[in-house]
Amino acid sequence: MFWLNTKRIIRTGFLGFWRNGFVSLSSILVVTVTLFTIIVIIFTNVVLESVLADMRSKVDVNVYFVVTAPESQILAMRDSLNKLTEVASVKYVSRETALAEFKEKHKDDYLTIQGLNELGDNPLGARLNIVARDPSLYEGIVKSIEDKNALVPPDQSIIDKVNYRQNKVVIDRLSEIINGAKQLGYLLALVLMFISVLITFNTIRLVIYMSREEIAVMRLVGASSMYVRGPFIVGGMIYGMISAVLSMALFYPIAIWLARATTEFFGGVNLYTYYIENFFQIFIIVLSAGVLLGAVSSFLAVRKYLKV
Amino acid sequence: MIYFDKVAKKYTNDPNAFAIQDINFSIAHNEFVSIVGHSGAGKTTLLKLLLAEERPTEGNIFFESVNVNELHRNEVTKLRRRIGMIFQDFRLLPNKTVYENIAFAMEAAGRSDEEIAFDVPHVLELVDLGHKIWDFPGHLSGGEKQRVAIARAIVNQPDIIIADEPTGNLDPVNTYEIVQILKKVNDIGTTVILTTHNKGIIDLLGRRVITMEGGKIIRDDQSGKYVL
Repeated sequence: MFWLNTKRIIRTGFLGFWRNGFVSLSSILVVTVTLFTIIVIIFTNVVLESVLADMRSKVDVNVYFVVTAPESQILAMRDSLNKLTEVASVKYVSRETALAEFKEKHKDDYLTIQGLNELGDNPLGARLNIVARDPSLYEGIVKSIEDKNALVPPDQSIIDKVNYRQNKVVIDRLSEIINGAKQLGYLLALVLMFISVLITFNTIRLVIYMSREEIAVMRLVGASSMYVRGPFIVGGMIYGMISAVLSMALFYPIAIWLARATTEFFGGVNLYTYYIENFFQIFIIVLSAGVLLGAVSSFLAVRKYLKV
Repeated sequence: MIYFDKVAKKYTNDPNAFAIQDINFSIAHNEFVSIVGHSGAGKTTLLKLLLAEERPTEGNIFFESVNVNELHRNEVTKLRRRIGMIFQDFRLLPNKTVYENIAFAMEAAGRSDEEIAFDVPHVLELVDLGHKIWDFPGHLSGGEKQRVAIARAIVNQPDIIIADEPTGNLDPVNTYEIVQILKKVNDIGTTVILTTHNKGIIDLLGRRVITMEGGKIIRDDQSGKYVL
């Protein structure tokens, strides 16, 4: 009996969707807009994360060593820093590399280059370029370095300076901007999604309002609540499924069009590549959202008219 | 079979504003009862109470010794499957074919696909609409729609048929045909309750007539007189 009723409910749901023609089409369009909004939110977050990650990567801390610092000790420090969970990467820049970089940076500055040449020896020490997983972690990393350095007698210390303190203001400000941007992004996403869901719910409620007399007749004829409600829920799920496919298809050309902009302007993320690589996961999210939205909206909307 | 015991129904808080009051009557098996009265007399309210579409303000309604007031929602659904309902405005499901409209009543009652495939064409032949089986209600005339509604009402072989002004929107020819079908249904053994303010139908039937006015029963006449 259960399977017989289920089969009948599904069949009636499909038939009702098909025969309602224009009403079904308008419902699909509205749900598509909602799901498209969800896709836009997903990709906006991806771009935002990429931009923020790019900003984070530009923030770093340099540990400058004295010119007499043995390379083995510097490399040992590099290895111990790499083990810290807060550290994303540590790059060793030797004295020679530092000198080459300096000359390249000041190649148009004749006086500086001339002064360097007159010095004879390489005045620059090696350095470690540290990138943390998040700007807010630099404080802890630097403290760890300074604490270890404090245990060494000053005349034996190999560290010349750590440039964190000079950059702290910038780093702190950047952390605030990043956190603020993320929170604002989440808030905007929530508001947009709420508005879209509300519009979709009202649209489906309107569709079912137009069927209120039919629902009353079905109840008076002796149909149970589930038997009346079932086809409408199936219809809502069909709206969601078709809308999911449509919204993904709509976003495809947009992803191609925006790919170049996001790569060149924002740096890093190629929207089209991300779309293709994560197509299945994104489709599952959108499909689930669409089916859930359609089903729940129909379920709630029919409830009012079942009280016959 | 049906017993109204001191039933009253009020829709407002005004103590004098009763839609119906002091309703006491009973209907036996296989009776054909017409309930007559002007618009607003309370005929439709009576039927709504019997269908448990609304609850009475006072009194009780019994259907086969079961108090309709005390039925749970699921039990109301089962009660309605024993009652075939015919409305003045037909109330067919517009997106279903004639076959599907009738089949819906059987599906709601849990009948199998085989029973539906067998019974629906038969009952359509009974109301002379076998050739319209795949039409939609929008393609039918008023009389045809009402015959489909009757077919839907009788397909589950209910204990009772309730027809609320079934000929209100029909011409005299169709009115006559509908009444003849209802008489035939009653002859087979189904109790029929018909509400109308059409004197011609009452005279045609010559059966029991309950007359209502101002929400009260003013006459209960076994000999079929229309007195208003």
